[in-house]
Amino acid sequence: MARYEPLKNLHREKNLFSSRIAVGALVCVGLSLLLIGRLVRLQVEDHRYYTTRADENRLRVTPVPPVRGLIFDRNGVVLAENRPAFVLDVVPEQVEDMPALIAQLGGLVQLTDADITRFEERVRKTPRYRGVPLRSNLSMEEVARIEVNRHDLGGVEVTAGLTRNYPLGVSAAHVIGYVGGISEADLQRIDTTAYQGLTQIGKAGVERSQEERLRGLPGAKIIEANALGRPLRELDHRPGKSGQNLVLSLDARVQQVAETALGELNGAVVALDPRNGEVIALVSKPGFDPHGFVEGIDVASYQALLEDRSRPLFNRALQGQYPPGSTVKPAMALAGLEYNVTDPEHREFCGGSMQLPGSTRRYRCWRRQGHGWMDMVSGVMHSCDIYFYQLAMTLGIDRIHDAMIQFGLGDRTGIDLPLESTGLMPSREWKRRTRAEAWYPGETLNIGIGQGYTLTTPLQLAQMTARIAMRGNGFTPHVLRASRDPASGTSIDETTTGLPPVVLSDSRHWDKVIQAMIDTAHQPGGTAYRVGSSAPYLIAAKTGTAQVAGLSQEDRVARSLEQTPLHLRDHALFIAFAPADDPQIAIAVLAEHAGHGGAVSGPIARKVMDQYLLGEVRFESPPPVVPALSRPTPRPTPEPANATP
Amino acid sequence: MPLLEVGRRTEEPSLSDWLEHWRIDSWLLVLLLLVSGLGLVVLYSASGHDTDAVWAQGKRLALGFVVMVAVAQSPPEWYRTASPWLYGVTVLLLILVLILGDAAKGAQRWLDLGVIRFQPSEMMKLAMPMLVAAYLHHRLLPPSIGTMSVALALVAVPAMLVMQQPDLGTALLMIAAGGFALFFGGLRWRWIIGAVLVVTAATPILWHQLHDYQRGRILTLINPERDPLGAGYHITQSKIAIGSGGLFGKGWLEGTQAKLDFLPESHTDFIFSVIAEEFGLIGTLFLLLLYLGIVGRGLVIALRAQDTFQRLLAAALSLKFFVYVFINIGMVIGLLPVVGVPLPLISYGGTSAVSLLAGFGMLMSIQTHRKLLSN
Repeated sequence: MARYEPLKNLHREKNLFSSRIAVGALVCVGLSLLLIGRLVRLQVEDHRYYTTRADENRLRVTPVPPVRGLIFDRNGVVLAENRPAFVLDVVPEQVEDMPALIAQLGGLVQLTDADITRFEERVRKTPRYRGVPLRSNLSMEEVARIEVNRHDLGGVEVTAGLTRNYPLGVSAAHVIGYVGGISEADLQRIDTTAYQGLTQIGKAGVERSQEERLRGLPGAKIIEANALGRPLRELDHRPGKSGQNLVLSLDARVQQVAETALGELNGAVVALDPRNGEVIALVSKPGFDPHGFVEGIDVASYQALLEDRSRPLFNRALQGQYPPGSTVKPAMALAGLEYNVTDPEHREFCGGSMQLPGSTRRYRCWRRQGHGWMDMVSGVMHSCDIYFYQLAMTLGIDRIHDAMIQFGLGDRTGIDLPLESTGLMPSREWKRRTRAEAWYPGETLNIGIGQGYTLTTPLQLAQMTARIAMRGNGFTPHVLRASRDPASGTSIDETTTGLPPVVLSDSRHWDKVIQAMIDTAHQPGGTAYRVGSSAPYLIAAKTGTAQVAGLSQEDRVARSLEQTPLHLRDHALFIAFAPADDPQIAIAVLAEHAGHGGAVSGPIARKVMDQYLLGEVRFESPPPVVPALSRPTPRPTPEPANATP
Repeated sequence: MPLLEVGRRTEEPSLSDWLEHWRIDSWLLVLLLLVSGLGLVVLYSASGHDTDAVWAQGKRLALGFVVMVAVAQSPPEWYRTASPWLYGVTVLLLILVLILGDAAKGAQRWLDLGVIRFQPSEMMKLAMPMLVAAYLHHRLLPPSIGTMSVALALVAVPAMLVMQQPDLGTALLMIAAGGFALFFGGLRWRWIIGAVLVVTAATPILWHQLHDYQRGRILTLINPERDPLGAGYHITQSKIAIGSGGLFGKGWLEGTQAKLDFLPESHTDFIFSVIAEEFGLIGTLFLLLLYLGIVGRGLVIALRAQDTFQRLLAAALSLKFFVYVFINIGMVIGLLPVVGVPLPLISYGGTSAVSLLAGFGMLMSIQTHRKLLSN
């Protein structure tokens, strides 16, 4: 081809050019097909994939937190509600000089160092266009002060949210509980999808046990966002489901009366409706202010609550375990009758003390000088220890255990509140298992008067009382009465769970023991006579005094009640139901270190019953001077202790 | 109407007569107007409904069309004679740019003349094929080694100057334009194949000559996940835009990728992605067809051209236009590394549109100044 041609060969040149044009055109078409192939691949074959990617790019799903359900008492009194709360937000990207702005805000609203530290921490973790809360729970006055200065507060926003409020404050805080920030531990057990947008969770009480119902389900907003993540518009709004409103069986008025009646004493009051197990009042003192937890309790305050020797966070009504003392005597009497080891007319002589055969140990009655001849009714009425020592010996620990657990002692009641304790109803088997020791006969005596190893919660005692009142019919105690869906308005009543009844071979046994309890309250000489004598309705009651471990017998002998250190004084117990002929309320009262059941706890129970049955408190408490006759006298008893009335 | 006016044309001059008079090729005009019009429509969407930008671009395009028509008025011989001067001046300007050029985006490409800022390299895209074609016009074809060496030197000098700016995209297009003139002039295949082999062999050396960002772009092309938020981000978001458009697209103004700023440079180099997202495969194929129509018409004009200069220039300009299209679309769909090549007549920006339309003016001049008898 490299021939030399002096002249231009136009024809040849044109042919060459035409063929080159053809090659060029072919190359263009070929390369275009390459582009088209790639476009088909992207736009047809992988279309679905890229559509998803595009949506992932632009769509942000923002959860919409549900409104938490409200809580009411049985009469419609609000126990927990949602209160609008104002939060001060700052949008960092709109702020030129942050330290100056914070200083300026500090002049308008209260700002603690903790607020500022927390804010600075959050600013670092949040996109700059998003508002970061600086302070929550602004007062109306603070909101107003911000609004007035709005013009030179660029980037500052006041947003309204909802915060949990407990109108009764300390009252019933142990039952209602409280909500608090979701902790790491909470995150381990909850389904986080149900908590999207939520920052709080039920921590205690009904707020915790009914968390599922109260919470509701979060909705979602689908937001279109740009490449910086800045939300531009709302594409879809799926409303969540509000939490259910709950109606509790609690009677706020009765609850407050019980709390007031306890006064300065620590202790617990549990009142049940024996006909269905509804909790009318459940008091544990001292209490605490739930609002401290809602707003995020600081470490120091929480530590103070935890370290408080009176343990305000401890729910004595269902977590506290105390010896029941003489309050077990009616149940003991029923066991004696049912196992046919005694009859109501059988008598024992109380000379103030007794000995077991072959033992030198003396078992004393709380009444040093003795009660004389006691039958079943007078034994209950006077709370004679000798009578019940004898009965316990005859029954033996196995039958006592079997009888007592039928009344629910030593086991959880199954109440719909968290953290209930079991208590303890000892048995031969239990002692072998836990202490690897045989059962000693002397221990049976102590069990017979509610001392020794026996531990019960005030709630268990209330339930036992309700069972006696209902002649064996029992119900699981519960505080939840009904739940209502705020959207549909439908209401669901909680079903009452009946328990297997205590069936006696002869129903007259019930009459006998109940009569003994009525006499306790209404017959002169009965340990609860001063409580029951003035009542316009019939009360069946039993007093009890539970010894606190740690006080030596020498001390007991040497000191009077007033001389005993407070924390070693006996607990005062009282159980009752009324009206005895038509039981509507069953109650158990425990006053820690108050010394004497009938004198201290009885009047508290009476006021609660007055309020519930009469709608007002008519009972006047007697002066807190313990009468000499019924004072727990020092006893030279060598070993475990006896109960007093 | 007077009946007696025999012998005079009774019809009003038709549109085609009018176009002929102004030496406008109607095929090219229609295709170019369609592409430009589509460009403005897409620009409105891609710029986020920025009517000012659309108006500015419209004015630039109008200027381009005026330049095109103006260029078409002069006969091709005029351009052949002028080409050495144009080339020389442009080389001087390129040297000037390197000395006192205005730095934009870290590269010296612009020359600020007070009134207008323009890129001399853009002018070189025209001057280069003109000079090579004019040089070959007087030589025997296919070119001898000597002829070819001179032609290659003519290509190499401005290409190196532009690479210094650095503007790889423009340099490539310039080399392409000059190279195509040589190719259509009959450059021997053995030399073409040889050159390809030499370039392949020299790749490692060239690799080291590249700037870091250029190397990054090539690595990113191979593996976009390498740098998903940096260089790979463009490609990834562009592919999302194109792929999510599907067969029929999301509709005009409905594309989310550009509107929500996920797609960078959506109204300049990456505007094709917006077309693909909003008009789908149907839209991209239609646009590609328009472009191929323009290239095809250019090649037809080249085939019919009456001398070597005209043939080579027409063919080189047509192919250069196709390379423009191919590199831009290829880079946007992830087939080629990201080099700054706009989508002709559609990407926002003035100089390239005006120089492109000036080139089409020359094609029209070649087409409309034919003396049919001389063939």
